[in-house]
Amino acid sequence: MIPELGHFALIVALLVAIVQGVLPMIGAARRDSALMAVAVPAARAQFALVALAFGCLAWSFVTSDFSVQNVAVNSNSHLPLRYRFAATWGSHEGSLLLWALMLGGWGFAVSVFSRNLPQVLRARVLAVMGLVAIGFLLFMLAASDPFLRLVPVPPEGRDLNALLQDPGMVVHPPMLYMGYVGFSVAFAFAIAALIGGKLDASWARWSRPWTTVAWSFLTIGIALGSIWSYYTLGWGGWWFWDPVENASFMPWLAGTALIHSLAVTEKRGAFRSWTVLLAILAFSLSLIGTFLVRSGVLTSVHAFATDPARGTFILGFLAIVIGGSLTLYAFRAGAVGAGGEFAPVSRESMLLGNNILLIIALASVLLGTLYPLFIDALNLGKISVGPPYFDSVFYPLMAPMIFLMGVGPIASWRKARIPDLWTRLRWAAYVAAATGVLAPFAMGRWKPLVALGLLLAAWVAGATASALLQRLRAAPQRGIVAKLRANSPAWYGMLLAHLGVAAFIAGVTLVKGYEVERDVRLDVGQGVEVGGDTYTFRGIVPQAGPNYDALVGTVEVTRGDRHVATLRPQKRTYRASGEVMTEASIQSGILGDHYVSLGEPVTAQGTSGAWAVRIYVKPFVDWIWFGCLLMALGGFTAIADRRYRLALRHRLASVLGAAARGAT
Amino acid sequence: MTPIPMRTLGAMLFAALFIVHGLARADLALDTRLKKLETELRCLVCQNETLADSNADLAADLRKEVRELAVSGKTDDQIKQYLVARYGDFVLFKPPVKPETWLLWFGPFVMFAGGVAVWWGIMRRRRRDAAPGPPPAGEDGAVTRARALLDG
Amino acid sequence: MKLLRWSLPLAIFIVVAGFLYVGLFRDPHEVPSPLIGKPAPAFSLAELHHPDRTLATADMRGQVWLLNVWASWCVSCREEHPLLVALSKAGIVPIIGLDYKDKPEDGLAWLGGNGDPYTESVVDLDGRVGINWGVYGVPETFVIDKAGIIRYKQIGPLTGDALNRKILPLVRELQKS
Repeated sequence: MIPELGHFALIVALLVAIVQGVLPMIGAARRDSALMAVAVPAARAQFALVALAFGCLAWSFVTSDFSVQNVAVNSNSHLPLRYRFAATWGSHEGSLLLWALMLGGWGFAVSVFSRNLPQVLRARVLAVMGLVAIGFLLFMLAASDPFLRLVPVPPEGRDLNALLQDPGMVVHPPMLYMGYVGFSVAFAFAIAALIGGKLDASWARWSRPWTTVAWSFLTIGIALGSIWSYYTLGWGGWWFWDPVENASFMPWLAGTALIHSLAVTEKRGAFRSWTVLLAILAFSLSLIGTFLVRSGVLTSVHAFATDPARGTFILGFLAIVIGGSLTLYAFRAGAVGAGGEFAPVSRESMLLGNNILLIIALASVLLGTLYPLFIDALNLGKISVGPPYFDSVFYPLMAPMIFLMGVGPIASWRKARIPDLWTRLRWAAYVAAATGVLAPFAMGRWKPLVALGLLLAAWVAGATASALLQRLRAAPQRGIVAKLRANSPAWYGMLLAHLGVAAFIAGVTLVKGYEVERDVRLDVGQGVEVGGDTYTFRGIVPQAGPNYDALVGTVEVTRGDRHVATLRPQKRTYRASGEVMTEASIQSGILGDHYVSLGEPVTAQGTSGAWAVRIYVKPFVDWIWFGCLLMALGGFTAIADRRYRLALRHRLASVLGAAARGAT
Repeated sequence: MTPIPMRTLGAMLFAALFIVHGLARADLALDTRLKKLETELRCLVCQNETLADSNADLAADLRKEVRELAVSGKTDDQIKQYLVARYGDFVLFKPPVKPETWLLWFGPFVMFAGGVAVWWGIMRRRRRDAAPGPPPAGEDGAVTRARALLDG
Repeated sequence: MKLLRWSLPLAIFIVVAGFLYVGLFRDPHEVPSPLIGKPAPAFSLAELHHPDRTLATADMRGQVWLLNVWASWCVSCREEHPLLVALSKAGIVPIIGLDYKDKPEDGLAWLGGNGDPYTESVVDLDGRVGINWGVYGVPETFVIDKAGIIRYKQIGPLTGDALNRKILPLVRELQKS
């Protein structure tokens, strides 16, 4: 009964989405308040219905109802509860339902937090989100029904893919989708503005916080995915430029550009048509990413079930949504107007430079990701485009952008003077140069690329610190607390995010520059020295997990006489599927990780003989994710500002109103 | 059997130690070199993993093959050529530069040049009226003042 | 001109979408062999049934032949096996089996149980010959012409379709020349 209820809820949700997408749009065109008023209740009802459907599917998974095909294929009664729940989005159908749930959730949020919007804009924004929801709900009902029943009912489920039985599976997809789908709000704002022809600073002010929240979630989502692959794939990689990773990174790059461009549009009224394009782009790339992951057109290390028929459907949907909005853009963008003027040295010009570089980087990632497909489609053979390509293209493009990141926040709007900038940034420049030259020595070996990376990291950190100190010193208030209060949370959010970038660059540079990777064969009791520490293999013991049998190795790490860590890497065989997974054991620290994972037994004795062991030393690797966390925190800090500002604006308006009344 | 003088023994022992040590170092150098090479090669059977990282059977065989080729004195390029002759360009994670891949390799740098040109073009257009322009469209004086207050 | 400029994103999207559509009908896992049109890599291996005898590629000169790479541990080999047995009964073309990374006794037992379609089987114990032939997924089937040039490679299990539409017409054509 429960699955049928879920299925029924999806059908009703589709009907409601059609109402939500069509009526308010007509209402907005005719200035018909009654029709426009449909948008808010429809958006809320659609969310409630999709949430009900999601709840039904989750219930089927948690209670192991194997009469539902989706559950039978992707779960197992011995699966621990949290993975039975997470298995709800472990399949193609389930992940689409999660997508739809997020979309409904964002629509709901817009309906709640948009009371101050003009009615026409509010109606159009919600209608666009309804139209997008139609596509997903239709796709689910037509080609990817998550509630399909199975006759006869199998006694046991086939089990969730072993790779997905991980805490990462519980948190990574929801965060990632929050971000992906969150860009639909900025997209809806952009389309609504293009339809209405009104694209001004207030439009940017409204869509900015939505974009920032979505971006922050996406940042966390990507970082979680990176951490997950780091410890679960067993080779210590944290980013592989894999198509699926790129599919999430491209919307992030577009979103980053959008956040910065929105700042200019809001404060200075400039870059309007460009901002709108970025808003369309960010969400379009989310959709294309979904397509790339779901259709199987590209080979990826991340396992997903794929099917060309479904791919055709999603592609058709993409063509309508993206093609339609870009057509609208082509006809309307010219009428948007240029906005305020600025000089070649100004905050605007630097943000423009930042945007151009981000978009070129994005285009390069897209080019590299799709190039094997292009070549194959033209019958020119099969090629692979992997990390060496992306590294050699992406980093050079980022270097000038990082430079601009230091200058931009300090430069004044409209026109800045270079001598001024130099005075304000010279300490940051000195610190950066000194760090670049000296810090690599501290790591033991001077390498030019490490020097460059650390220089850039120190430059961003130094410039950010300078910006903070100078603002505080210039503030007229007395006392540090008052001085701190004088600046807006949005500004602190920006500083925090930029510091995050600095930490991120430092982490990437140091781990790439000084990581040590050794694949060794170790007998029981034998030790090997890696990166100054001795790793001693103490043997293997079998151990039973809830739904797997593990071989647990013990590796002791010592430095001289000092005990550093005891690591217990595992090799798991999942009972239901027979899949074998390696679980690395990691000792994390601020200065770096000790990382050990089990390879294969070398000799026939199995547990008592020698094993191939992978030992990695990853200096400062955690800084990468710490940096991402700071970036996301920066985003959340920045929007904390919004409510405060809106509240203040209300108060100001009422005060001004009262003053005006008093004057007459 | 003639006894070996102590000094010669010592020297031999030292030499042996030195050779063993040297071998270990050479071994480490080879490991490092192979590791780097193998991260640029793609495992064919697995989805999208490097030869270095893959646990697949064929990947292990190919690693063995690569190691033997390296030990026999082949350069990295020769080893790559050996694999390309058997499996095609697909095994290279860094595609070779040839007419089919010009767009891939030069595209980003052409785009960069284009980006600089666009930036420059916009600057020229905007500089024509470098004098402080009117306040951003759609805002009257009061709002601007209020905003200045808020932006603090 | 203006409209053209604003249409640029749309144009890029249309091109990308076109490629994505074509890509839907391609298998990204299938890697075409660079060996097609090239001389078959030479081998000289012990025969499965007569370990003391060897079979070499040179022995097959002058005739069109198939090389089928299989193993007793290979699951999808079972799928194509009936086709091979039928093909061998028809006697159109000699099929050489390459028992890839397999214990000879397992291979023999497997053939005993499933039927032996091979004119001759050879054993590639360490997979070295497989590497030389660019084998990456068993089963694989090669068509080699009279001059010892590889003309076609089937990756994955043979299908009736592939056999009737591609392999057999090619074999007949090669046999005529």
